[in-house]
Amino acid sequence: MRKHALQQSPFMKTIFVLGIILLCILLIPQCATVDNSISYNQHIRPIFNKKCLPCHGGVKQLGGFSLLFEEEAFAVTKSGKKALVSGSPEQSELYKRIIHHDPNERMPKDGDPLTDNEKELISEWIDQGAEWEEHWSYKLPSKQELPVVESDWPTADLDYFILEALQSMDLEPAIEADKETLVRRASLDLTGLPPSDDLITSYLANDSADAYEQMLDTLLASPHFGERWAAMWLDLARYADSRGYEKDAHRNIWRYRDWLIKALNDDMPFDQFTIEQLAGDLLPQPTVDQLLATAFHRNTMNNDEGGTEDEVFRTNSVIDRLNTTFEIWQGTTIACVQCHSHPYDPIRHEEFYEVMDLFNQTKDRDIVTERPTIYTFSEKSETEITELIDYIQTLDPSLSITQSDLLQDQIKHALFPILMPDHCDGSLNVDFSGSGIVTTWVQPPQSVKDKQFHFMFADIDVTDLTHISFAYSTPGDQARIEVRLDSINGPMLSEVNLPQAESNRWDINSFKTIRSETTNHTGKHNLFFHLINRTQQVPEGMMSIGSIELYYQNKHNSSSELSSQKDKLLALRATADRTPIMQALPKDYTRSTHVFERGNYSTLGQQVSASVPDAFVKGDAEEPTDRLSFAQWLVNKNNPLTARVIVNRFWEQIFGTGIIESVEDFGTQSLPASHPELLDHLAVVFMEDNQWSVKQLLKGILMSSTYRQSSKTNAVKQELDPFNRYLSRGARFRLTAEQIRDQALAVSGLLNDSIGGASVMPQQPQGVWQVVYNNQSWQTAEDDLKYRRGLYTYWKRTAPYPSMIAFDTPSREFCMSRRIRTNTPLQALVTLNDPVYLEAAAALAKLMKAAGQGDLEKAISAGYQRALVSEPDEDIVSVLKQLYHESEDEIQLNTATASTSTDLYDTEFILNDPMTVVANAILNLDGFLMKN
Amino acid sequence: MSLIQEEKNRQLQLDTRRHFLKTCTTGLGSMALASLVGCTTNSPIDVATAIKSIPNQLSHFAPKAKRVIFLHMAGAPSQLELFDYKPKLTQLHGEPCPLSFVEGKKFAFISGHPNLLGQQASFQQHGQSGAWISDLMPHLAKQADELCFLKAVHTDEFNHAPAQLMMHTGSPRLGKPSMGSWISYGLGSINENLPGYVVLVSGGKTPDAGKSIWGNGFLPSVYQGVQCRSKGDPVLYVSDPKGMSRSLRGKTIQAINDINKKEYEEFKDPEILTRISQYEMAFKMQVSVPEAMDISKEPASIHELYGTQPGKASFANNCLLARRLAERDVRFIQLFHWGWDAHGAAEEEALNGGFKTRCLETDQAIAGLIQDLKQRGMLEETLIVWGGEFGRTPMMENRDGVKMKYLGRDHQSQAFTMWMAGGGVKPGYTHGATDELGYSGVSGRVHVHDVQATILHTLGMNHEQLTYHFQGRNFRLTDVFGHVIKDVVA
Repeated sequence: MRKHALQQSPFMKTIFVLGIILLCILLIPQCATVDNSISYNQHIRPIFNKKCLPCHGGVKQLGGFSLLFEEEAFAVTKSGKKALVSGSPEQSELYKRIIHHDPNERMPKDGDPLTDNEKELISEWIDQGAEWEEHWSYKLPSKQELPVVESDWPTADLDYFILEALQSMDLEPAIEADKETLVRRASLDLTGLPPSDDLITSYLANDSADAYEQMLDTLLASPHFGERWAAMWLDLARYADSRGYEKDAHRNIWRYRDWLIKALNDDMPFDQFTIEQLAGDLLPQPTVDQLLATAFHRNTMNNDEGGTEDEVFRTNSVIDRLNTTFEIWQGTTIACVQCHSHPYDPIRHEEFYEVMDLFNQTKDRDIVTERPTIYTFSEKSETEITELIDYIQTLDPSLSITQSDLLQDQIKHALFPILMPDHCDGSLNVDFSGSGIVTTWVQPPQSVKDKQFHFMFADIDVTDLTHISFAYSTPGDQARIEVRLDSINGPMLSEVNLPQAESNRWDINSFKTIRSETTNHTGKHNLFFHLINRTQQVPEGMMSIGSIELYYQNKHNSSSELSSQKDKLLALRATADRTPIMQALPKDYTRSTHVFERGNYSTLGQQVSASVPDAFVKGDAEEPTDRLSFAQWLVNKNNPLTARVIVNRFWEQIFGTGIIESVEDFGTQSLPASHPELLDHLAVVFMEDNQWSVKQLLKGILMSSTYRQSSKTNAVKQELDPFNRYLSRGARFRLTAEQIRDQALAVSGLLNDSIGGASVMPQQPQGVWQVVYNNQSWQTAEDDLKYRRGLYTYWKRTAPYPSMIAFDTPSREFCMSRRIRTNTPLQALVTLNDPVYLEAAAALAKLMKAAGQGDLEKAISAGYQRALVSEPDEDIVSVLKQLYHESEDEIQLNTATASTSTDLYDTEFILNDPMTVVANAILNLDGFLMKN
Repeated sequence: MSLIQEEKNRQLQLDTRRHFLKTCTTGLGSMALASLVGCTTNSPIDVATAIKSIPNQLSHFAPKAKRVIFLHMAGAPSQLELFDYKPKLTQLHGEPCPLSFVEGKKFAFISGHPNLLGQQASFQQHGQSGAWISDLMPHLAKQADELCFLKAVHTDEFNHAPAQLMMHTGSPRLGKPSMGSWISYGLGSINENLPGYVVLVSGGKTPDAGKSIWGNGFLPSVYQGVQCRSKGDPVLYVSDPKGMSRSLRGKTIQAINDINKKEYEEFKDPEILTRISQYEMAFKMQVSVPEAMDISKEPASIHELYGTQPGKASFANNCLLARRLAERDVRFIQLFHWGWDAHGAAEEEALNGGFKTRCLETDQAIAGLIQDLKQRGMLEETLIVWGGEFGRTPMMENRDGVKMKYLGRDHQSQAFTMWMAGGGVKPGYTHGATDELGYSGVSGRVHVHDVQATILHTLGMNHEQLTYHFQGRNFRLTDVFGHVIKDVVA
């Protein structure tokens, strides 16, 4: 019966014949339909999506009718009629209109009529009660029964699903790949590097039954595991060493990458991994590491171009954060909803802004200093600082230095009562310049008029406070400062009008100081500083504030010993390395979030409060109210999407294509799953059996017979499974940009495999960086630092490293879920001529000669074996041998008549060794560039 | 039949793009032309979805132009010193501008109530069309009857990077494919040995928005613009190392391909055949690219025409290169010349300073390019587009409300001039006009999306049908906007 319906499907006539048959066969168990019933998801939704939703969906709801939500579909339309009446096609306006004889009345308007089969399906579906179904990915996954197959081939759960599908296509799995292939494949998959000599030797020599598993365990424990998977995550996190946009200045955020590598190496459970990155700052007493994790969402771009309005670009960043989060964890492309309800998925326009409200409450705001930042110190400075703080406390016992894990906070309290503005706990619309100045000089100047300038210091003791001293500069006499308690409109603590004090507004040393008396209050309060332009004159009422000092009765702020120690502390503080992080705004500063009408930032609609789209809330999951509860909601077992989406991402990395090919989109327009039950099964296993352990997930996949297949194919497999979607053979696809580089450096012995640290600049052609207004230049790293792994390459968004771009690395301006693999002549030019690859060839040639000890064939075999982890046959050796001899003849001639230097690189590579030519060829072989 | 011959025969069967892509989705996934037409992704099903509507994408009308040369003056030149003649503005020089110009408006730098700045050039009418062109463009003025002016273009952005992205990708945010990528994707390449989309940069710096303005966005990376450089390797890594001769490189590639063929016999993975073809193509490009990029053998008369000096990096040299690439059937040639941002904050960026130098650097070369294409019979099939990312204000810039040392104008998104010439547009024609002070368009206003729609139209493509399926929906260059400017279409 099923088959019958399918055979009539018009899809059969398309080029997707094969895929559709398989898909439908595979979908059937999930849909759990009885034989003659019509399933909304399987039969009807595809028709509605394709033929109806463009006019009756989230964007347009012509005739007051939409098919996006159940309640809308069954509601009364504008004409007063019901489009769908359960059980009665004759009364359903929808059905009447699709079969209408008058082309002017018939739907789809201006389109081809539905096919007879489609009409029949819809009629039957309505007749059977028009039962609405949710899209599969919004339903919770459940563990699946293993398919029954007659074969002893399966070794892992997943094999049963794979084999069942293959058998239904009359395909047999491939034989197991040889050990050399497996060790190279597993090593590249798990560590991104070719296997070490030791690993190859021990694995090949190990005849025990669990030799393969032992080999995997070694790789899973390797410290390079974290690097390989960080490389994948960095595309999602849109990690870069620069800020993007016009100026694209340097950004110091590599400690996030270090955090990532460590978290992956430690196999931090994926739920914790999620929570720390999205909301580490909101965890109780967050550690430095947990705060560094939140740099994940500080990888958004920052626009430092003169004349750009910070609030516009802050808003862009917030929107990017929510788009990125939904893409990575929910496989949902929510970006459309910025302007209108989702055209195909059940997400309403205002729901976008409800999620935005969750992300709208952080302190960062597109300013040049990238505050808030976390300070990290060298070990030596850290010790010195701790000692200094202890000493300062003995000098002034009245200081209450809060015990905090964060050195940054301890320093802040030790420096009290000097309030350097970058210690402030909350601020809005105030520019903190690099020199620690608060200024109302913002761009564009006319925007000043609409702005309130204030900032807040939390928990300040005002008992016995006598006055506050400000260092300031202002060109006119219109500026005024008010200090209030506990809110912007709270009781006045102190107020002062600033007399004219024209000076360099960026030079704190040229500032004047003024004393502002305080009224009597006691206890600890939040102090709100309000910077007021009394007449709104520009620039007369603009001001800059340097330091703020609090003076107390009977306290000696200025004891010379104390102040000299504080100066020392300030100097040490200046040596800190600052990483941008997420920090929540204090309560008094929470932003109200409004719907942007048609997505336009300047047209505000209704106010909304934090929430998530209703369609995504399942079971007893509580709706999130802040970033932390949001992150917890994402990894709650009642979230239908997260585990599926994440498992699919790892699957795609291993097999080349996801079970859902569109790894970034699990919505109703997603591409159909190759093995839907398997996806659900893996998702539940990942959450329950593996307890979110990525290493266990990967081990489970790599232990399977499916993974261990040989990648050799044949005409039948090519015909029936041309893209290996059904895994009728082992995965065979080109390595990533990073893997190709790392592999060339590793097999030639050049690789510096140290882990972590700041980004480095390997060789790159001169003139690639030509950047407006920016004096940054490419400084090739010294010594073997230039041979570090690809993921440490300095990444400038507007001028990314060219040889990696050639191999499909994204520019990292936005989250990129998959790299579409291409195969181009420009790639050939990179591996043939990029000096990095030439130096690798020269180094490999040296190793070859050493191994050959005068025997050319031996040398060639050794080189080939090193690079491809397999022995070359006679033909290959003879081709390379011939190349060697031809090179011998030519090189002498060439170097004698070599043209003058092209001045392209810092150091010019000269080819003078025939073995290097052979090595260059080996490093360009298909078998080297591919995962086999 | 050798594998390579077999491969080439298969290619010959692919006589239409539709057939080509269909085949691509059903199993070939690999062919020599692939890098230019883009059938090499390992993501066949997605590509299939993306191009489902291919029959619609192919033009229903004959293209007028085969290729585009886009001359982008990065930094945004002042239309008020070049093409938009406003005697009233000069009369009112120094007077405060009408309040309506600034009230409720945002500018990058102007604040308070600025004064009007009279035109810093003298204007004359030229040619039979009587187009007003200033004395800063004397050579171009002689080509007035070839030009088709758009006098009232507007955009949504008033900062450089977003506005450049808007001009070239249709969106102010990063991550969208550029116009050249869309065109390469839509039409493929005509040339086997050169990239289909080439970018040439002069003025010492890349444009503000960086390489994203010739990026492929979410399209496969084969469609990205390839920057050809006038210094160093014309295409990165195209030169062999010192000591490697042409013949030895040939032998190396032969050895690589011989071994890869053996591998194909063993694995039968069609991707291997693609790699073999790509190595052959790389070998050809090593000759064809430097050859195309070498202007030293051009006759003296041509160098005089353009004002070119071989061996120097200049906009003029890039104009001549543009013609050479056009001759070799490169589809989309994009020139960026940096340094037009005349705020008046320093001499180099002032209307009475660097701006005049920029005019000198470009005037003769652009006029030369038009004449040269014309004398070769290529102008009618080549669309030239000239413009910046936005325009300049009729008001004098007063940064932070202070009068500045040099003369300059602030960014202006409301109205600016672009012109087109050649294939598909009316010669000696002007569309649109601004008010008497040149502040905003009063007739024939066109948005940047309209310009993009029109460019695609001249190439025979409907901008509403050139789509790519990504993240669950179809995307296009003009987003959901844009109308072909019918008045200028020849």
